[in-house]
Amino acid sequence: MIRVDGVVKTFGDKTVLHGIDAAFDPGQVNFIIGRSGSGKSVLTKCIVGLIEADEGAVWYSEEDFTAMTRKEQEQVRLQIGMLFQGGALFDSLTVLENVEFPLRMFGSMDAAERRERAMECLRRVELEGAEHRFPAEVSGGMQKRVALARAIVGRPKYLFCDEPNSGLDPQTAIVIDNLIRELTQEYATTTVVISHDMNSVIEIGDNIHFLHEGQVAWRGDRKGILSSGVEELDNFVYASDLMRDIRKKLRGK
Amino acid sequence: MGEASGFASQGGPRRTPRLTLSIPQEVRLAIHSDGWVCFLCLSSTGRSVCTFVEGMGLLFHIGRYFAFMASALRRPQKGRVFFQAMMVELEAIGVQSLGIVALLSLFMGAVIAIQTAHQVGGWVPAYTIGFTVRQTMILEFAPTIIPVILSGKVGSNIASQIGTMQVTEQIDALEVMGVRSISHLVLPKLVAALLIFPFLVVIAMVLGMGAGAWICNAADLSSFADYEYGIQMDFRAFDVAYALIKTCIFSLIITSVSAYHGYYTNGGAREVGRSSTKAVVYSVVIIMIANLVITQLLLT
Repeated sequence: MIRVDGVVKTFGDKTVLHGIDAAFDPGQVNFIIGRSGSGKSVLTKCIVGLIEADEGAVWYSEEDFTAMTRKEQEQVRLQIGMLFQGGALFDSLTVLENVEFPLRMFGSMDAAERRERAMECLRRVELEGAEHRFPAEVSGGMQKRVALARAIVGRPKYLFCDEPNSGLDPQTAIVIDNLIRELTQEYATTTVVISHDMNSVIEIGDNIHFLHEGQVAWRGDRKGILSSGVEELDNFVYASDLMRDIRKKLRGK
Repeated sequence: MGEASGFASQGGPRRTPRLTLSIPQEVRLAIHSDGWVCFLCLSSTGRSVCTFVEGMGLLFHIGRYFAFMASALRRPQKGRVFFQAMMVELEAIGVQSLGIVALLSLFMGAVIAIQTAHQVGGWVPAYTIGFTVRQTMILEFAPTIIPVILSGKVGSNIASQIGTMQVTEQIDALEVMGVRSISHLVLPKLVAALLIFPFLVVIAMVLGMGAGAWICNAADLSSFADYEYGIQMDFRAFDVAYALIKTCIFSLIITSVSAYHGYYTNGGAREVGRSSTKAVVYSVVIIMIANLVITQLLLT
């Protein structure tokens, strides 16, 4: 479980996060949603320690991450897998080497075991056969899947996915969504997904936090999101004509 | 205040302090997050102007550079991964630079021989050509000019590589995994450069002197015996030691300054290009200053 208590972050004279409180449960797909500039990415970076929060605390399984030394934080990070928005694959390494990388750095496996584990993850994301290609030689969707395979290769307790569906076609997006849900349930991972994509939210979101101007304006599950009664959230959810049509049909019933 | 903030950014335009201002009604001091200290003066006409204490920006970079180096010189997290990365860097920094080093050294050695013959021919002994080529190659061309040239090739490569990793979140990915990104990325380059630069410089010395011998013979500037005598005349092994000490220091300057500029890149492709340029410019300037200091310390 991850808990965020009163996190404040200010850049210059602009406060991006105004005392965020949130809890992300294990075995569930937890979503952080919100408009661009609402503070989703900054909050995520504060949670994983890429940005230091000005105030507040982040707890990983009852351990205060923000109060830890750098070395202690490194130990927690060994249990974190993260899928970055652009994939963030190492371009000098092949697909297989990218997936193996966390195991090479921190694992105690020999080369054969490492390869077997990496191949298992690549099979999981349906990328068997692409292992010897370089990131530049595969499509955007495949890069996302490689990044997901790299994120899960160490069997993380905590999985972060930053805009996993951005730039993907709807079919590939569904594949990625399903993978995230399956992995979360199979390994009881505490999964945190940052997204704009309402399809994903409605499809796999168990626990949803809506951020508006640096504050959690609403939290709930995917059933409640369509009838929250919160104006900002309604504007976000029903931004497209398609969603407005769905709302009309729902009300018509 | 808005105007002051705009000017205080590192990339912002510099203004010569205006000395003709009337006495300001109000003076404020603003310290910016990037290290700049800015005096904001509200003149009697109500117009705000800004002057800088530029040294603070420099101090900020010096402080951050040493903190960066302290992180870079930490023990590698995984010895085998470090060794493999270092071998890759030896190839990238050393082997791939061999061609340009050889080419430049051959031409420079030959040109120095011709110029010496042209300037002193007829009124000083012919062996002076060999002596001059040797001294120039050992004392200055190989240990200083070769690293300056390599700062353009190797330095820009390092800065753009690390800068691209920064803007594409690859460095964030390393950090999230628990990898100490600075040490992981920079230490193999530092060690590889420290090991391979002296070899490149020794090769440059030998090729330059060889090219001088060849041109003397081919252009009939002096006999080979005279050239050989000049090469051996009044030789001091310490000159080679001095050259190698300089080379080692310059190799560290090139790799660390370039890696520093790459690592602290913010933005996109344009900023990566700017970091790459800054890496070369700063490396060359620091090499020149260090050259003067080392020469003063070791040769006087």
